[in-house]
Amino acid sequence: MSASAEALVVEDLHKSFGSVEVLKGISLVAREHDVVSILGSSGSGKSTLLRCINLLEIPDAGNVYVHGELIRMTTTSGAARVPEDKRQVERMRSRLAMVFQQFNLWSHMTVLQNVIEAPMHVLKVPRAEAVERAESVLQRVDMYERKDYYPAHLSGGQQQRAAIARALAMEPAMMLFDEPTSALDPELVGEVLKVIRGLAEEGRTMLVVTHEMAFARDVSTKVMFLHEGQVEEDGVPAQVFDEPKSARFRQFLAGTLR
Amino acid sequence: MDVNVILENIPLYIEGMWVTVQLVVLSLILGLALAVPLALVATSRRRFIAFWPRAYIYFFRGTPLLVQMFMIYHGTAQFDWLKDSALWVVFKEAYWCALIAFALNTAAYTGEMLRGAIAQTPFGEVEAARAYGMSRWTRFRRIILPSACRRALPSYGNEVIFMLHGSALAGVITIVDLFGAAKIVNARHFVPFESFMAAGFFYLCLTLLIVWIFRIAETHWHAYMRPREEEGEEKGSFPARSAPAYAAKGL
Repeated sequence: MSASAEALVVEDLHKSFGSVEVLKGISLVAREHDVVSILGSSGSGKSTLLRCINLLEIPDAGNVYVHGELIRMTTTSGAARVPEDKRQVERMRSRLAMVFQQFNLWSHMTVLQNVIEAPMHVLKVPRAEAVERAESVLQRVDMYERKDYYPAHLSGGQQQRAAIARALAMEPAMMLFDEPTSALDPELVGEVLKVIRGLAEEGRTMLVVTHEMAFARDVSTKVMFLHEGQVEEDGVPAQVFDEPKSARFRQFLAGTLR
Repeated sequence: MDVNVILENIPLYIEGMWVTVQLVVLSLILGLALAVPLALVATSRRRFIAFWPRAYIYFFRGTPLLVQMFMIYHGTAQFDWLKDSALWVVFKEAYWCALIAFALNTAAYTGEMLRGAIAQTPFGEVEAARAYGMSRWTRFRRIILPSACRRALPSYGNEVIFMLHGSALAGVITIVDLFGAAKIVNARHFVPFESFMAAGFFYLCLTLLIVWIFRIAETHWHAYMRPREEEGEEKGSFPARSAPAYAAKGL
């Protein structure tokens, strides 16, 4: 395990919204091929953590390294913390593909157009190659037959699979999943989880914020439980789930395993 | 009813209609070109920056087009420095003055329309664009603007029709557009009802043409917000999701 390189290092991340401190110093290391599940009840800061990693939210303090490269931050005259180099952030984001709870597909584009958009206009991949790549990832998530559909004409599960295809088409160094199945009807959760499981088994590096305990237990290489903005428990799933050290995590597990 | 007078003067009406079409098309093109940056700046989060396009929009939406056109055509003639400048070749011509007034006016309305549509861009879609590494400009060009233009399309169709009808004001400042042609026919033959009704008929035809063009455009650009056509539901496919509310209104 120590043989693989560090894909992502997060050091002592802090984030407040107004007077509410959502992240109180979170650190995490994900090596290549790691699947890190981030658990926690609502309001524990897990989505904020993910959004701070690709700077959709600007953390108040702390460092993020992607493949050893520090995302440089600076402070403006107005004492606001901002990225020093926008281009560096954009480059970093293009390597960390995100999958959202609400899919966030671009609604005026077909599935295929959604999938080729960022490769063409961010990575500058020529159209023919982008289409080829898109068709292959759409087949991978079993959405090829629906490539000419608009998002509004698809079920939630299909939209989320299309969104995963959009992420895969970036050939990302790492994938960030923000509660990918939380907005889905129960009977659609399975088809999406199956795809994500498949990706995990391929050895893709991913960070998954999730409420799916079975998924976290079976698929992750590492589990992290957040409570009130702090890491309350972490470790390999077997250890964390079978011998939880923290009372809060035991409580949380009891609540979810009802 | 003296139909013969109208029939005799059809060539004059056609000529006038051609001027009307030119004026409207040119002012729409110029107006749109101006409206996009106007809307972009008006949606800026920095108030001091957003103030200027908004002030522009308030002025042109807040005053009658006729007043604006008179200010540009009659008003500019008052300034000697302008008369002495190279710009006078533009401002001495009624045609250019009308065109400038129309373009500035429609830019304000279109800009406001786009500003509203841009503000309504689903937040998640913009966030996805950020998360995929798009720069501000790429986000605007590839996601926000195409999405906003589609939402603004129905109201833009109205604006085009208003512009066509508003363009009749050109006839007031000596331009022989469709309305100007009707005025000439009336002056020559003194049949006001027939001459203006004929102009009305041609305006109606142009309006129908515009409506038809926008209907085709909406069929094409709004496919994504129509409820899905019922195809033979294949195995594994999911029932069509409810379309957004504006699709249900038949927009």
